[in-house]
Amino acid sequence: MSSLYEEVSTAPASDVPVRRVTININGENRTVDVEPRLLLAHLLRQGLKMTGTHTGCDTTNCGACTVLFDGRPIKSCTMLAVQADGHAVQTVEGLATASELHPIQEGFKAEHGLQCGFCTPGMMLAAKALLEENLNPTEDEVRWALSGNLCRCTGYQNIVKAVLWAAEKMRAQAGQE
Amino acid sequence: MALDEVKIGGMGASRLRVEDNRFIRGKGNYVDDIVLPGMLHMEILRSPVAHARIKSIDVSKAWEVPGVRLVLTGEMMAARNLAWMPTLSYDTQAVLATDKVRFQGQEVAAVIADDPYIARDACSKIVVEYEQLPVIVNPTQSMAPGAPLIRDDKEGQQTNKVFDWEIGDKEATDRAFEQADVVSKLELHYPRSHPSPMETEGSIADYDRATGKLTVFMTTQAPHIIRAAVALVAELPEHMIRVVSPDLGGGFGNKVPVYPGYVISILASILTERPVKWISDKSSNLISTHFARDVYLKGEMALRKDGKILGFRMHTTSDHGAFFSDAQPSKFKIGLLHSAFACYDIPNAHMVAEGFYTNKAPGGVAYRCSFRVTEGMFFQERMVQAAADDLGMDQAEFRRVNFVKDDDFPHRTPFGFLTDSGQYGKCLDVGLEAIDYKNFLKEKEEAAKRGKLLGIGISTMTEPLGAGNSREYDILGIKMFDSAELRVHMSGKAILRTGAKTQGQGHETTWAQIVAHELGIPADDIVVEEGDTDTAPFGMGTYASRSTPVAGAAVAMVSRKIRAKARKIAAHLLEVSEEDIEWELGRFYVRSNQERGVSIQECAMAAYSNVPDGMEPGLENTSYYDPPNLTWPFACYIATVEVDPETGVWDVLKFVAVDDCGVRINPMIVEGQIMGGLTEAYAAAAMQFITFDEAGNCIGSNYMDYLLPTAWETPGFELYEVVTPCPHHPIGAKGIGECATVGGPAAFVNAVLDALKGTGVRNIDMPLLPDRVYEAIKTGKDISGAPPVKVD
Ligand code: FES
Ligand code: FES
Repeated sequence: MSSLYEEVSTAPASDVPVRRVTININGENRTVDVEPRLLLAHLLRQGLKMTGTHTGCDTTNCGACTVLFDGRPIKSCTMLAVQADGHAVQTVEGLATASELHPIQEGFKAEHGLQCGFCTPGMMLAAKALLEENLNPTEDEVRWALSGNLCRCTGYQNIVKAVLWAAEKMRAQAGQE
Repeated sequence: MALDEVKIGGMGASRLRVEDNRFIRGKGNYVDDIVLPGMLHMEILRSPVAHARIKSIDVSKAWEVPGVRLVLTGEMMAARNLAWMPTLSYDTQAVLATDKVRFQGQEVAAVIADDPYIARDACSKIVVEYEQLPVIVNPTQSMAPGAPLIRDDKEGQQTNKVFDWEIGDKEATDRAFEQADVVSKLELHYPRSHPSPMETEGSIADYDRATGKLTVFMTTQAPHIIRAAVALVAELPEHMIRVVSPDLGGGFGNKVPVYPGYVISILASILTERPVKWISDKSSNLISTHFARDVYLKGEMALRKDGKILGFRMHTTSDHGAFFSDAQPSKFKIGLLHSAFACYDIPNAHMVAEGFYTNKAPGGVAYRCSFRVTEGMFFQERMVQAAADDLGMDQAEFRRVNFVKDDDFPHRTPFGFLTDSGQYGKCLDVGLEAIDYKNFLKEKEEAAKRGKLLGIGISTMTEPLGAGNSREYDILGIKMFDSAELRVHMSGKAILRTGAKTQGQGHETTWAQIVAHELGIPADDIVVEEGDTDTAPFGMGTYASRSTPVAGAAVAMVSRKIRAKARKIAAHLLEVSEEDIEWELGRFYVRSNQERGVSIQECAMAAYSNVPDGMEPGLENTSYYDPPNLTWPFACYIATVEVDPETGVWDVLKFVAVDDCGVRINPMIVEGQIMGGLTEAYAAAAMQFITFDEAGNCIGSNYMDYLLPTAWETPGFELYEVVTPCPHHPIGAKGIGECATVGGPAAFVNAVLDALKGTGVRNIDMPLLPDRVYEAIKTGKDISGAPPVKVD
């Protein structure tokens, strides 16, 4: 077990059921004991101390909590941690390597695709899911792919540019390989 | 030789943002990311009803939930004199209700527990018995004779009125109307909305009994104001309070006020002697924290046949909710709404403002807005279009005729504002050309023949940004200056702290650019810190687009103080007298021999190692900047739309924005601010509003009812710039953060109404939802007020 989630389960164990789950997070298997009602977003943030995944609403609307679940973007505030047992989750913390940013991260910075940064991790992961399917999206395709993620600061125009910037770089990289 | 300013990231460089390095890695540090040892979690129980007497509160079952550490009610707060707190507008607000609840979502009790889930479980076990009272949801009900008194807690309060306020010369204005050829009238409602930053409010209070010190990490745009308020409320001495505002996930005015949750978490920490975290969920945030707008405006304009405006009258009726807790400068009851029409040369004006209590969440906060100017400017530009139509005049020409001309500055408005600079006609020209005005009018005519409805809407305005000066602007008596402290290290690297607080505006990037511009220290060598009252100099925070006008000016001024000292050191190092020294970016040199010089970094080293006799070592200073006036940016926004008469759906064909915010420190960031602001303008015009049913239930308590535009709906924007430097700002900059939100909505609404011109429809109140537009087209009648609550 690489981590025990303590924060949430401090109530007397007698009446709180606990499930042991193993989730592959950013390539690493993490085994944790969780209450069945614990949301995946809260496990990531509070249990595993990966606070890059944000929660901006409680109604599955804002997308700040977006992570990739077996490669597909999902809203981690609307999935129970136990549902992720045996699955792979990618968060913003898994985007960059020690030495290199992911092109999407670079694109967001280069095109001023963020201001307060609160929506940014979710946006980047939604964008990653898009680009993994379609490395040459149109502006409309980008806008549609990001329409489950709200941003209150940027007006989206630069976010769209950021994703297109990343797509171009990723195409170039793919071409080189 | 002098440095290349763009290369060192100085003024005018579109320098990429340094804060992004942590945000793109998910390494931001927002309040909810902070974990302190032993931290407890707090959840607030809120009132499900809008107006009711509290008959009893039974918390016994909540205490029985394992893991609960404390349950707080109004009674317990009252025992410590904390049941009520002062607001930033000289009113009071309940922290936890004792007598009545006055709006849905009001704070009734709080549970502090080992984790947030337990706190929530326990909240659901609290039983409150309410005796329902008649509910007031708008000013009309509020002012009706026999209306129930909402604020029966206030001594001497006989009615639901908050204030009466008046400005201008009534008699002179009456005379202007007597001379008018045409009188144009308009009435409208600016609906209630919520700033709704993506991150909600929250705090972590950490009281240390051993030292007597209280530390509060919190989501605040104005940490020093909050410290003053906490000192007042909690009766703790200021030096024993440290307020830290870490990264903020947006603010937009919503994070200026003091919220009950902050106060409760503080008391909870004092009582439990543990850190206590409170993070509001979005639904609570939308129903209980400060809303914006909700003003009914009506007015008329006295016009001469040739298009000249002779005068105007305005009347506002504003809905303040249950507690008057707007953060407004104390002299002005309806904020700076009376800056409306400031870009037009109008000799006479009179305005009356009335405010009312209702059973709705408190607020009237400046949502991306310099104290209510948004409502004023919206009314202005809707009125201007109506007046041009009434005169049968071209709407662009009508504006041009009435603009304050470039050489008429400084210009005093009838309500006493002093505008000082601008090129209004030029901005309009740039906008008209960009939208291809003449051609569009032709296209529009032709489209009409094919049954298509095209429209063009213009909005031009100047607005007062950057409160103060301190003679006129204060909050709770605290004058509205701002500050900067610069400490240059031995190596010539530096740390800068200001009294402002960034929430996404990129201060960490731009402030360093101002220092680079003034001192030639590369921006990358300067770290910017804000938001910690223990380290930052006293300032009034960031809202009302005041950072660049006030704190930004302080940054320039403190850099100049540093340069003045460095000059003395340079003279000492170069062994010449100070008068023989010249400055170029990054270095001092001897006038007679430009080769002989010392860099600012060499001066910094000498400040710690080789100062002239009698000089104090070190190279640091502080500036408190009290601006002589507000700054007056100008904007011209033009939208073209197509309205589908069969559905009422309207699409933006093109949107051009021409902004003159003076000198731009970082053009990339300025444009980011404009695009963000335009999106909020589009939101207001198209979809974003909060309404209430008769029982006072808030409709708009989540993002399914309260619609924010996504990337899919948001139109594209074309940006243009004109630069008229601010004459009194040290680097010629003006505020910009909110211009687009303030001026933008009228461009969209004017465009839709222009498309509907032949139908007899004069006004549709925002938001212009398709069904409202459709109904207006079909009936040929105006659509007024908030959209009705649909029950299905
Ligand atoms: S937090 Fe808003 S969708 Fe998950
Ligand atoms: S950058 Fe602030 S919400 Fe998107």
